Amino acid sequence: MFKIVKKQVLNPTVSLIEVEAPYIAKKAEPGQFIILRIDEKGERVPFTVADFDREKGTITVIFQIVGQTTQRLSELNEGDFIQDFVGPLGVASKFDGVKKVAVIGGGLGTAIAYPQAKKLHSMGVEVDMINGFRNKDLIIIEDLCAAACDNLYTMTDDGSNGNKGFVTAKLEELIKVGRGYDMVIAIGPLVMMKAVCDLTKKYDIKTIVSMNPIMIDGTGMCGGCRVTVGGETKFACVDGPDFDGHLVDFDSAIARSRMFKKQEAESSEAHKCRLEGLKNA
Amino acid sequence: MPNMSLNKVPMPEQDPNVRNKNFKEVTLGYTEEMAIEEAKRCLSCKHKPCMQGCPVMVKIPEFIALVAEGKFKEAYEKIAETSSLPAICGRVCPQETQCEKYCVRGIKGEPVAIGRLERFVADWYMKNTEEKPEKPEGNGKKVAVVGAGPSGLTCAGDLAKMGYKVTVFEAFHTPGGVLVYGIPEFRLPKDIVAKEVDKLRDLGVEIMTDMVIGKVLSVDELLNEEGFDAVFIGTGAGLPSFMRIEGESLNGVYSANEFLTRINLMKAYKFPDYDTPVYVGKNVVVVGGGNVAMDAARSAKRMGAENVYIVYRRSEEEMPARAEEIHHAKQEDIEFKLLNNPVKINGDDEGWVKSVTCIKMELGEPDASGRRRPVPVEGSEFDIDADVVVIAIGQTPNPLIKNTTPDLETNSRGCIVAKESTGATSKKAVYAGGDVVTGAATVILAMGAGKTAAASIDEYLKNA
Repeated sequence: MFKIVKKQVLNPTVSLIEVEAPYIAKKAEPGQFIILRIDEKGERVPFTVADFDREKGTITVIFQIVGQTTQRLSELNEGDFIQDFVGPLGVASKFDGVKKVAVIGGGLGTAIAYPQAKKLHSMGVEVDMINGFRNKDLIIIEDLCAAACDNLYTMTDDGSNGNKGFVTAKLEELIKVGRGYDMVIAIGPLVMMKAVCDLTKKYDIKTIVSMNPIMIDGTGMCGGCRVTVGGETKFACVDGPDFDGHLVDFDSAIARSRMFKKQEAESSEAHKCRLEGLKNA
Repeated sequence: MPNMSLNKVPMPEQDPNVRNKNFKEVTLGYTEEMAIEEAKRCLSCKHKPCMQGCPVMVKIPEFIALVAEGKFKEAYEKIAETSSLPAICGRVCPQETQCEKYCVRGIKGEPVAIGRLERFVADWYMKNTEEKPEKPEGNGKKVAVVGAGPSGLTCAGDLAKMGYKVTVFEAFHTPGGVLVYGIPEFRLPKDIVAKEVDKLRDLGVEIMTDMVIGKVLSVDELLNEEGFDAVFIGTGAGLPSFMRIEGESLNGVYSANEFLTRINLMKAYKFPDYDTPVYVGKNVVVVGGGNVAMDAARSAKRMGAENVYIVYRRSEEEMPARAEEIHHAKQEDIEFKLLNNPVKINGDDEGWVKSVTCIKMELGEPDASGRRRPVPVEGSEFDIDADVVVIAIGQTPNPLIKNTTPDLETNSRGCIVAKESTGATSKKAVYAGGDVVTGAATVILAMGAGKTAAASIDEYLKNA
């Protein structure tokens, strides 16, 4: 059992939890992920490590309510326990020899991009961070990100924070004024990562994306997380989750992410029914 | 007087048309009377041919003689002298190629039902005794066992009995390995596995779940920082092979590992009470001819699929599955499409599986495996409608430990190189056994390897 030692609501659907997991905290690196299972009946779901504290022995995970597990996770509080918490899984991000990097976070992807920006910044790499949200109410960890880069650009689709536009528009603008990035890291929804890659291909800038497909074990056993990269089948859990964005087949990844859409809706519905049942009892 | 019937006493089982809609155990086991009657078919041959077919050398004629006398507890103790998981072996061993293959009664008629008797004795003991094994006195030495599957559990049990402090590290949240994620409930009820694991805990074995060795701790860290005197690696063959044909990334294509793990370990057959879903659809094509393929096909049927096909490139004779599983699958309306090989999986506009294109095969000259090599019949392609395709063509060892233990020798197939007679690897104090050494094989062979390694680890640590 793994104890939640801290919980913070970041926006109406996004929360942060810090979980006691000393063995994992000792080893975790940016780019890696954990798999958790809330209780006996729960699903195994992967979450990227948003932060780790080796001394306190904790792992921080930031999640958005999108389905059954994240809904139930959001109902847990400080002092509650998570039954299973496994990691650190996946290959840590590699940043050898880079000098100037644009780190792009889309929505919840910001939480996954943050530890990468933080690591690069601490290595003395010049980091611009561009984060995009639908509106200003959804903006998360802006202060953390500001401290993890040289320049932070927070964009909103509707302009409600005064900065209207997609992350791709901002990125192109910065490329055009000659920021001279030697690498772009893009983490967020598949469509966003695809759009960033289409753009950086044009400017021939190496781009790393983080894939977060459906998986069960996270150790290479189920093969559910396969992604097509450069025409080859890779497992996101053991070969990734970071991949060269210019080689990823996003269309196939987008199709695969829809595999259990119908069942997920059914599962969330069943959970709601159980909750209502409890309320009415 | 021996019972000279040419046939085994039949074992009661659920009706095929009832059981292919539930996940309860297919076979129901012998009653005491049936067991005694079947035990009397054994001729107690002096040269005990059956024992040479058993990888853990169960004293077969002796335990069967005790069953014939109605001494079931004593029969259990006889089996337990050499086997640690009899309730499991009685259910999943391929007896027809092991003990029963050598039974004299099999020359004319059916061999003695050794597997059914072993299962009866183990089940009887579980039901009728409450004895807990005594915790042996500790010898102060610590052994780490990586992987809680058949080889690891066997090795842990044997070492604990010798007085070692054993910690088993399991990557999944439940111990059992392939016994819990792979073999379905209807063939091996999970409470039986849990009871066997509890027996190990009673012996003082500690089981740490959620620990992926190679990630959270390396083998070197186990030895140098966590204070273990020796390590046994029994991590199995968990990496699914795919066919590398067009369309394998389509939605609806699973590895057998994923399909079975969702259903067995994550209990998708109880969805939405359990959170993990599995999509089965109306038409399911399972590719492969082993036990895993049978398990996947029969699970798909139970999940509500109307038509389930086994597509296998050789003929039934070459199928590696246990005879009983093939027989049960046929009874349950699984359709066998033999001598066919998938060449392409076809999808719809949304990226979902629509059909599988197969090509007919014919058998040519024997290949390296001694089986006749299947050769495609040119121009014989045809399509099978499919909503789901399950690829069950084999598994290879997981590279996580190999990649983080540089001085551990592995072969070209990614298997750890270990001496068959001892389980010793190229690395000092590190032993290995089971599928991670042999590639995907059987539960009982893995158990035999765990046993061998436990004895060698004892030998090594006594002299260390």
